[in-house]
Amino acid sequence: MAAKNLPPTYDKLAKHEVFPDLNHDERARYNFLANLNKHLAHVSQGNSLAFENRVKPKYEKENGHDFQSKDALGDAMSKDPHYQTWSALRRCTMEMRQQAGRSLTYRQAQQLTDKVNSINEGKSTLELDDEVNVPPYLMAVDNHIMPGSYHTELYEGDVANAANYDGGLFVTTAGLLGKYTDGGGQAIAQWMKDNHPTFQPKRILDVGCGIGHNTLPIAKMYPDAEVIAIDTGRPMLRYGHARAQVLGYPNVKFMQVEASEMPFEDESFDWIQTTMFLHETGGKSIYNIMKEIYRCLKPGGITMHIEQPQYTDDMSLYEQWIRDWDAYNNSEPYWSKMHDIDPKQLMMDCGFNGDHYMQIGAQAINDLDDGNQKADEPEDHGRSPIWNVFGTWKKSV
Amino acid sequence: MSDKNNIIDYIGIAGNKPKGARPYFFDDPAVERVLNITMAIGMELAVMRERMDSMERLLEEKGVMTNEEIDNYIPPNKAIADERQQWHSEYISRILRIIQQEMEQIKNPDKTLQEIADDIDKM
Repeated sequence: MAAKNLPPTYDKLAKHEVFPDLNHDERARYNFLANLNKHLAHVSQGNSLAFENRVKPKYEKENGHDFQSKDALGDAMSKDPHYQTWSALRRCTMEMRQQAGRSLTYRQAQQLTDKVNSINEGKSTLELDDEVNVPPYLMAVDNHIMPGSYHTELYEGDVANAANYDGGLFVTTAGLLGKYTDGGGQAIAQWMKDNHPTFQPKRILDVGCGIGHNTLPIAKMYPDAEVIAIDTGRPMLRYGHARAQVLGYPNVKFMQVEASEMPFEDESFDWIQTTMFLHETGGKSIYNIMKEIYRCLKPGGITMHIEQPQYTDDMSLYEQWIRDWDAYNNSEPYWSKMHDIDPKQLMMDCGFNGDHYMQIGAQAINDLDDGNQKADEPEDHGRSPIWNVFGTWKKSV
Repeated sequence: MSDKNNIIDYIGIAGNKPKGARPYFFDDPAVERVLNITMAIGMELAVMRERMDSMERLLEEKGVMTNEEIDNYIPPNKAIADERQQWHSEYISRILRIIQQEMEQIKNPDKTLQEIADDIDKM
């Protein structure tokens, strides 16, 4: 059951001046974990086998009908020994990845902060604001089981979890997001250029930017645009700003701003982007955020949102259920709830005209591919760098 | 190698439990506990294997060391001895992570992710 192809070794990931230092064993640990994730994508195929071959037939025999709800299906599957083993291994792998990343970044906590501070000092492109609160949906959970999440500061000037995030995305995706883990940002920038070659945005906003890894490819594609990236996590903003500076983006501005209360003028952006952000918000906030996006977008501007694939009517109950695994077991709870929302209706409820709504598929642009990363890997629900992108132009007709 | 000027208990922090009660998948959580410890040991064995491979290739390339010298090695001073003990300490915390997290849950009982999802849906 060995993986058909191999993830790139960790040393191929591009480093920058504020990237944490990894010693030999720390790199080896990440190599093991990337391989383990790749292996588990194969193990996950046993779940649908178990479902079709024993869980479903047993249920039908006992009840005289097929599963009629996700809950009933989940109850039955959760008793299956293969599902139990795969789930336990996957959870274990995520926990090991967090421990591996945090042990290496927190052991050099002060050095990371010193490096980041020396770059950020005196720069007007980083605006932190003590008055901005971390929204309750972020306080309620540690998304993807990163203890402390994006906002916790364990010491003055903490950036360790941000560095942990930067260095560890490689592991979860087994290197499929490219050498700067920016495959999502690259994909949307390229899509815009290819599909709307005459669109020349002057002012671009990235909402929920994290460390800005998906913001920078957009700034690269539109070097003349003013690019602003917002988040509420101070460690992410400090680190992301320093990262952008050393990677050659001195003009990208990082601001501590809550997405449902943006301090920007009405109709002041040509493009407002979110990338893997909305599924980490909350049931009411997602509407408040989308209304703010509508308010801040210029007429004729565009907003695009890279997200997990939506559930569709032709998706089987099993498929919907297994796609919820990360929501509850990798702590991204709103991921599951968001699937019940029709994104077009969401946008229309927040002011947009449904006539210009669009939904596209996007795949990460992987500049790490050395020929070993073939596309014929099994679908690893919620982990493959294949996304649903929805959005709209802001036009009256 | 550990840094000498740590401002923080990085070993404890590295193994912290995330928010939300941990999901268990086996009928008996003891199985899950043992699995987690075993997988961590498996990882560390892989790390060691990669390190040995690096070493053997370098030694062979340079022709500087024999197996006998390795067999007879003892730490020549306290600093080196301490460094090796520190490594053991971190190693054990790593392979027993799940027990640390279960203790954190006993200390601060936490909501399930299903409950948190319902909370968040109202936020």
